[in-house]
This record gives sequence, structure tokens and C-alpha cells, in this order.
Amino acid sequence: MSLLKRSCKEVSLLLMQAQELQLPWRERLALRLHMMACDACPRIVDQLALMRRATERWRSYSENE
Amino acid sequence: MADFSAELERLRPQLLKYARLQLRNAAWAEDAVSDTLLAAIERPQTFAGQSQLKTWLIGILKHKLIDQIRRNSRELSTTREDDEPIEDELFDSTGHWRDQPQDWGDPEHALRQVDFMRVLEACVELLPGQQGRLFMMREWLELETDEICKELAISPTNLWVMLHRARLRLRECLQLNWFSGAQLAKES
Repeated sequence: MSLLKRSCKEVSLLLMQAQELQLPWRERLALRLHMMACDACPRIVDQLALMRRATERWRSYSENE
Repeated sequence: MADFSAELERLRPQLLKYARLQLRNAAWAEDAVSDTLLAAIERPQTFAGQSQLKTWLIGILKHKLIDQIRRNSRELSTTREDDEPIEDELFDSTGHWRDQPQDWGDPEHALRQVDFMRVLEACVELLPGQQGRLFMMREWLELETDEICKELAISPTNLWVMLHRARLRLRECLQLNWFSGAQLAKES
């Protein structure tokens, strides 16, 4: 693995972690570089964001309705 | 008081549903719900409506679920299905997506629909045991990742592998049952 090159598989994990914790700067940079070059992973960003909002809504739905 | 008990009884199935989703064990789920209802009966209160009562009960249930997790932590291990590397099905040997992720469209459109919540719930239920438990601990009980590691005596690396798999599976399930247009929930 080169210093800043990450595969889509690695990126999918990094994106999930980035939702919850502060990634080290090297990972943030690698993520950014990957996103600029990849067609597929930006869609995963949207999908993960949707899933996050969906689980939040589901949680409040489970508590109140 | 009789009314209060009846109200509790009416909400019992819902409490049990979430307890099962969290614990993945029918007997422990029953115990957690019984403990919750007992605690509620010991301090009956009046609520403006069923919704407020439910919020209160779910709050108690969450504590009882954490108690159950602590009590049974030694037995909360991974299943064979948990250990299957789903990531190898989704990515090729060079780490590229085998199937291009699709555009899920306007998120509000999906999120507004009660059916979507039902599909999401069904997909969470389909997660392998430990992945489902960890996902629920993180997303429903809202425990911090380091708390989860401590309660279950697992490493952060292991936790992330399992959460990653859980979310990849959830994503696949939503893709299949909602976004590809199959929309199972609408048929039922």
C-alpha cells in the first residue's frame, strides 16, 4: 500500500469511521485524493449520509410512535 | 392503576421487538421487558398520551438492555455468519466495487415514508447476531464506541470490522429491498 493510495474497500471503512471520529491527517488526505479520482465512492458518501439520517429517524420513531 | 397496567400490556409487544433486535436472544429479551414493566409498575405515573408513556418505557428498557448485555457479556460472541467477509463479495481482489453503487436519489423522499422505516427495521433484523447487536448498541442505545468495546471486551479494530460489515450489509439490503424498486414492505 503506497502512502496515500487507498482502495474503494479501504475508503468505505474510512468513510464510516469519519462519521464518528476524527481521522488522522494522513487518512483524511488519502480520502480526499481518492474521492477526487473515484466515480463510485462519492455515491457511497451520499448513501451513508442517508443511512445515518434514516437510523436517527428510526430511533426517534421507535421512542415516540 | 388497572388502566395503567392495561396500557403497559398494550405496549409490551413493541418493547419486546426492540429488546430482541438489541439482544438477539428471546429469553434475555423477555427478561429485559419484564424488568422494564416491573420498574414501571413500581412507580406508576400519568402521561398525556400513549406516545409519552412509550418514550418513558423505552428509556427504562434501554437501561435494562444494558444490564442484560453486562450480565450475559461472556455469551455475546460472533456467529459463523458474522465472520463471513461480506466485503469480499462487494469488492474485487484489488479493492474495487464489483457493482457500481447506485444513486439513491432524493433522501427526503425515502425518509418521509413509514414503509421505508419498516424496510430499515427488517434489514436490521436480518443482520448476523453480533453485527446486529453492535449496530444497535451504537445506533439505538447510542453508546460510544469505546464503551461498546469495554462492555463486550473486544478490540476497537474488531468493533470497526463488525460495524463496517453491518453497514455494508444494511446498504445491500436497502439497495435490494427499497432502492431497486422491489419495495417488499409495500407488498405486505
